[in-house]
Amino acid sequence: MRSRSKGFLSSVAYHLFSSFLAVAVMVPFFWMVITSLKDKGAMLTVPVQWIPTHPNLLSFDKVIHLFRFDTALLNSGIVSVLATAVTILSAAMAAYGFAKIEFRGREGLFRIYLATMMIPFQVVLIPLFLVMKELGLINSFVGLIIPSVFNAFAIFMLRQQMMTIPNDFIDAAVLDGAGQYRVFRLIILPLTAPTLITLGVITFMGTWNDYLWPLVMLSDRKKMTLPLVLNVLNGQYTSDYNVLMAGALISMAPILLLYLIAQKYFKAGLQVGGIKG
Amino acid sequence: MTSRSYQRGFRMALPFLLPSLAGMLLFSVIPIVVAIFLGFTEWNGLSKINLTSGFFPMIVDQWVGLKNYGQILGDKEFWRVLGNTGYYIVLYVPSILIASTIVAMILNSGRKMIGLYRILYYIPVLTSWVAGALIWKWVLSPDLGAMNNILSLIGIHGPAWLQDKTWAMPGIVLASIWKDAGFFGLILLGGLQGIDPTYSEAAGIDGANRLQKLFRITIPLLTPVLFFILVITLINSFQLFPQVMIMTTDAGPNGATQSMVERIYKYAFKYFKMGYASSFAWLLFLIIFFFTSIQMKMQDKWVNYDA
Repeated sequence: MRSRSKGFLSSVAYHLFSSFLAVAVMVPFFWMVITSLKDKGAMLTVPVQWIPTHPNLLSFDKVIHLFRFDTALLNSGIVSVLATAVTILSAAMAAYGFAKIEFRGREGLFRIYLATMMIPFQVVLIPLFLVMKELGLINSFVGLIIPSVFNAFAIFMLRQQMMTIPNDFIDAAVLDGAGQYRVFRLIILPLTAPTLITLGVITFMGTWNDYLWPLVMLSDRKKMTLPLVLNVLNGQYTSDYNVLMAGALISMAPILLLYLIAQKYFKAGLQVGGIKG
Repeated sequence: MTSRSYQRGFRMALPFLLPSLAGMLLFSVIPIVVAIFLGFTEWNGLSKINLTSGFFPMIVDQWVGLKNYGQILGDKEFWRVLGNTGYYIVLYVPSILIASTIVAMILNSGRKMIGLYRILYYIPVLTSWVAGALIWKWVLSPDLGAMNNILSLIGIHGPAWLQDKTWAMPGIVLASIWKDAGFFGLILLGGLQGIDPTYSEAAGIDGANRLQKLFRITIPLLTPVLFFILVITLINSFQLFPQVMIMTTDAGPNGATQSMVERIYKYAFKYFKMGYASSFAWLLFLIIFFFTSIQMKMQDKWVNYDA
């Protein structure tokens, strides 16, 4: 598909088309931003004010003071960072065990790991909630995060990666007197770094945006993550869209910034995640 | 990888496997087993149970056999929910395949500004579903929303979208396409870039035009990726949830946007019919399993792994 027969017309058509698509994608965001800058009166005028005549930050003020978005931001940050760390560490360890240590029943056990991926989360949701209740972990970050310790998808992806590392590397290190923990830390982890980063980004974003599991686990306002606070906001300010849009904007900002900063890793990461996963 | 590893024995592997093994038992295997039992009970979730000692007495006490399954399958609501899901799938799946192919082809064109487009198309993917759904709820507001105001510029009087029985689901589909096109577009882009350019060069020498190349070469060689996307989008469609919860209060007019997961969540955590909800969840699993198996079987007919 690298045909370079760029006529002037096809070039114009291309730019028209791709920029139209870009505009279509951005209109809802533009709509969010302008609405968040309006007061309720300006929001309800017909015809619509595409550029607010008296832009102000009152909705942001309201949302921040009534809803403690700073706490929610912090909660989302803590939960996402910890869940990512737990996922990656546990998955990398398991993947190493399956890829590079031989033991009886290895294939069978790995197949059981993979089989759990077939059961949709909704089936496990209710009993998982009961387990957490039993452990007294409802409304706690620990309860929210701890299921990350088992992530079959991450283990699978990392195992595939680690299988490609030649055993000779490991054997040489073992002969030099390295124990398995040193092998894991000094050989395996550095060699799988790109996949670890990819998985890290995927997990972080997934946790940051997660809705169903926190919805079931958290009812305490002070513990809520951003999507849940927005959910409550949606229930209470059903028609105050300027307030809702301000909240949506605040919740999006950190992940967007992170994306722009981490763009380079992310691009590479997603393709690995999508195709080779 | 011919040499045998020096590292052998379960005892050596155990420390590495321990966290995930414990997690699998506690957060996957035990819940799955519990879910099977719960599906045969009418436990209301309110009576306190002790999973370790009181679980089996509770199961025996609340046992109703296949009653839940019979009740669900005999309820008009279930078939309405399936119908809603079918409506969503018919609109969403073809649209997302087309939209993501377009995104991938734009990003693969090798022209200027691709970097910018790539970021722009991807922003909805980064947005949480809750925020995205809130935005779309407001975009689709009948009189004051962006959508109908833009449509009126070209003389179209838009429907009431989420407040209209027929248009509520298309509204949710629009939001879903907006949210997902960038994601699947980038996956397809990976597939496009994996295609050997000599194929289309050879076809070009043989006199194939652009459209012929697209339909005879590019798309056939993309079928493995398209198949992957089809499987994933269908599974995701059956698990439709946050859009419905945020965009439509009480799942739309006359339950027009009720989805399986929305029902499961409400039965379990709003009406506390834990047994009933568990049966519902297993039906969801069976449906997903059924459609995924069919797709796996059908792939020989159209997926091309020769490249």
